Amino acid sequence: MKKTKIKSRISWAIAIILAVAGLIIAIVPFIFMILNSFKDKFEMLTNGIFALPEEWSLANYKTVLEANFPRYFLNSVVVLVISLTILLFIAACASYPLSRMKFKGNGFIYSVIVACMAIPVHITLIPIFRMSQAMHVYDTIWALIGPYVAIGVPISVFILTSFMKSIPKEIEEAAEIDGCSRFKMFFKIMLPMAKPGLSTLAIYNGVTMWNEYIFAYTLTQSADSRTLPLAVWDFRGQYSMDIPMIMAVLTLTALPMIILFIFAQDKLIKGMTAGAVKG
Amino acid sequence: MKKNKNSLAVRRQREVNKVAAVFLAPVILVLVVYIFYPIVNTFQISTLDWNGISADSTFIGLDNWIELLHDKAFWTAFLNNIKVMLLSILIQIPLGLAMATFVEFAGKKSTIFKILWFIPQLMSSVAVGFLFTYALATNGGIISSISQLLGGGLVDLLGNPDTALYTVIGVIAWQFTPFYMVYCVASYTNISEDVYEASLVDGATKGQYFWKIALPLLKPSLKSAAILSMVGSLKYFDLIYVMTGGGPGTSTELMATYMYKESFANFNMGYGSAVAGGMFILITLISLITMRILNGKED
Repeated sequence: MKKTKIKSRISWAIAIILAVAGLIIAIVPFIFMILNSFKDKFEMLTNGIFALPEEWSLANYKTVLEANFPRYFLNSVVVLVISLTILLFIAACASYPLSRMKFKGNGFIYSVIVACMAIPVHITLIPIFRMSQAMHVYDTIWALIGPYVAIGVPISVFILTSFMKSIPKEIEEAAEIDGCSRFKMFFKIMLPMAKPGLSTLAIYNGVTMWNEYIFAYTLTQSADSRTLPLAVWDFRGQYSMDIPMIMAVLTLTALPMIILFIFAQDKLIKGMTAGAVKG
Repeated sequence: MKKNKNSLAVRRQREVNKVAAVFLAPVILVLVVYIFYPIVNTFQISTLDWNGISADSTFIGLDNWIELLHDKAFWTAFLNNIKVMLLSILIQIPLGLAMATFVEFAGKKSTIFKILWFIPQLMSSVAVGFLFTYALATNGGIISSISQLLGGGLVDLLGNPDTALYTVIGVIAWQFTPFYMVYCVASYTNISEDVYEASLVDGATKGQYFWKIALPLLKPSLKSAAILSMVGSLKYFDLIYVMTGGGPGTSTELMATYMYKESFANFNMGYGSAVAGGMFILITLISLITMRILNGKED
């Protein structure tokens, strides 16, 4: 009995040491980023990367915010809000008949939409690049909305359909007896009831869109129409030797997620793992 | 009477069909325009010799595809993808499971670990790529600085073709292991409290509980985690493109970075489309085979 106790003590000690090691690995790059973002260009190399800044100077942040950074940020926000609104609305529309109505082809349509989850989106890149030129939206933020909606559709329909299936049918049946039309039923009953599913999906898709890179990189070119993930790329072109400046850009880029994490940690984690754990 | 009822049913069904079509139309339209048509179009473009800019292109049949079959760079990229895939599954999922198990056993006190461990997931792949380009730089990087502190020399992990791919795989693990941690934490909550308590009452140690009871119960979710990680690794792009651009040489080239370079840097849209098509076919095949194997084992 005593032996097992000692053994479990030792294994706990090892587990905690490993846990702390993991913690250090997880946060050291972050500390590297934040610490150095306050430094002067040369200070970082002369004083060593882990030295505290001589003064906590906001000069780098000021330069970044006075440059084109706010524009990237605004572009990201506009693309996110529009794409997310369209995506959630049309996904909810599609999930309603898929979860509630009996019609020929229901199962087939559902499986085709869900199968799209496995498609590597890169295969659509070249044709979408051509389409954006043909539609005269190339190099504008509008070029991003179509692909962003499409990328989010399969998983959103998948999650919302199973969510709507779990909503009890009694309310609708009562509403139907009262002569409520299917459209009214969708807007007055299904949409409000599906709110928890929608909010999870808003976070999941929002994070994906906020971080999306390859389409933004391909479909836009000028600084005025680019989104946040490309800000670092463009700043590096300008300040390639000024590492603290780039760290300031990176910190600012990560800031919205960090704030969201601080204030809505559980929701964020739930949303980000939505794809895996089904809502 | 019966006939009447029937026609009423038929009419209702027709009504339902109409409503369903209206509700489904937007999603179907979006998928056709942005997914299905582009897939077909990619295969069409793959039969062309076209630079993506000029109006004229030449039909060259299957030439691009024949070239692809003999293209060493593409198959190197494919092998790199397989390495990333296998090592990602072998590193991230066991580590994530270990972290989740720690959180599960240590209870509420360990919340701070869970929160701080999750931090790498808060950055986009692009930002992580940039951060580590500098954090792992030969001059002024973290590893180099530590090595110098311990009396060693500078360490060039990304510039060395032998270490670059493994370094990148490590960075990917840094970013995504927290995802599998919260995934496994969520899976643990599906095991009922009673099972845990009953096993402790029966005198099982925590180790026995993990290996004999929890692990078999977690197996289905670990399988889906593996599939998730597999599909993700095969289409990986952002982080590698930013960190190494596929280099040095072709040591970290992946199918997606190769496709991007051929199409948008070398302006070989035709050949780039063949690479995209090849990637599509390979990923679909691998996914189908893996799912067959994993589901087959269940019976």
